[in-house]
Amino acid sequence: MNIPANLKYTKTHEWVKVTGNTARIGITDFAQHELTDIVFAELPKQNAELVNGKSCTVLESVKTAADIYAPLSGIVTKLNEKVQEAPELVNNDPYGEGWLFELELKDSEELTNLLTADEYKEIIK
Amino acid sequence: MKKTPIYERHIKLSARMVLFHGWLMPMQYKGIIAEHLAVRNNAGIFDVCHMGEFEIKGKDAYNFVQFLVTNNLDKIKPGMALYTPMCNENAGIIDDLIVYLFSKEHIMLVVNASNIEKDLQWIKDKARSNPPTLLPTGQRNRGTNKVKIDDISSRTALLAVQGPESVLVMRKFIGSEIDSLKRFHFIKKNSILISRTGYTGSDGFELFIDIERGLWLWDELMKFDLFPVGLGARDTLRLEKGYILYGNDADESRTPIEAGISWAVDFGKPDFIGKNAMLNKKPKRKLMFIELKEKGIPRQGCKIKDSFGKKEIGEVTSGTFSPSLQKGIALGYVDIGYEDVTIEIRGQLLKGRVYEHTSKSKVYKNT
Repeated sequence: MNIPANLKYTKTHEWVKVTGNTARIGITDFAQHELTDIVFAELPKQNAELVNGKSCTVLESVKTAADIYAPLSGIVTKLNEKVQEAPELVNNDPYGEGWLFELELKDSEELTNLLTADEYKEIIK
Repeated sequence: MKKTPIYERHIKLSARMVLFHGWLMPMQYKGIIAEHLAVRNNAGIFDVCHMGEFEIKGKDAYNFVQFLVTNNLDKIKPGMALYTPMCNENAGIIDDLIVYLFSKEHIMLVVNASNIEKDLQWIKDKARSNPPTLLPTGQRNRGTNKVKIDDISSRTALLAVQGPESVLVMRKFIGSEIDSLKRFHFIKKNSILISRTGYTGSDGFELFIDIERGLWLWDELMKFDLFPVGLGARDTLRLEKGYILYGNDADESRTPIEAGISWAVDFGKPDFIGKNAMLNKKPKRKLMFIELKEKGIPRQGCKIKDSFGKKEIGEVTSGTFSPSLQKGIALGYVDIGYEDVTIEIRGQLLKGRVYEHTSKSKVYKNT
């Protein structure tokens, strides 16, 4: 399982990359592997206000539909339109081209709740 | 937990295994979509050793099977196979199966893995207690059925090679004589029974061999670069063609008319189990093929409503994503007379279209 050390994680298998006040969000290699072939991605709307821990995206695979939970609170600033056209990007490149959306942080304190790569590794053991 | 002779190969290919009616089977290898498209565009190989095979032999084999099943064996000749449901006295479907006619005195039935014990018990009971009272000639049958019933499932390995390039593989494997093997015909070569049949809707072959040689056959066929295909893609492939899956789309509470397979019932036969019951039933709901018009995947149990989303008119029995059509598809029981419908998926009502048979929908033509 690929778990890049430079990212932060959640118990619900999202990864977060923080740059200044912006967070880019996606799902982990573990999650895409469990979901199997993803065929639809229901991303949040631009400018939507997300609440930490609440479902904000649905990824639908041949096998099942999975809720993706906002790892942080904030306003959605960017959507990865490539993923809406080619959802298989989430399977093939979950940490790169398969990113889902970006948001502007509402509360940087929430960053302390995120897991490190090592902590996430423990969870998926 | 039962394993097929091919088990070790699946593990070596990193297949994700799943328990299917007591059998440890490969759900997927490289991925359901890749495997599905490999069958539609090239050729894939399936381990279907878990399925059941019965041999029915004897003087009365032909008449006995004619009585057991709804379709008419007179439609075929020795060396041909026929798809048919098998019903109980209420016309409820016990199983859907394929009859292989070797001769009037030698017939093989290929049945669903989930129904092997049930089917065998049913068939044996019928042979003992219930000879057809009327022979196809109209004469009265005076004696019991002189048939010998043999469950050869555990002695038989079954592999399927499916896809437009499957014939190229078969040509390399057994020679150019395969070119003259027509759909639903079978031959025996080097102790392998090869039929031009399958559950994918693409051209393909099914190969029956003694269980001891099952693994050898898999290894031999894999020399021709076949794509291994698991049960996940098996489901998306058959659903694209509207083929029913017993247990999901049909069970003993449904007649073949309701289940959309009335084309496999021949009321012209003088008698078969369930004939009268079927003639007297007028179903209000039938199994229909459903295409989603919006992004979403229908799943088993999803409610089907009218186009206004008000009245509940049916339920999904099998649903998935069609890799060939790139949309959600399903089979489900729907009140007769609807075309535009909505399907309730995770609280949302999504638009869909209902068809009586896949030949009317795009799926059949494009895949």
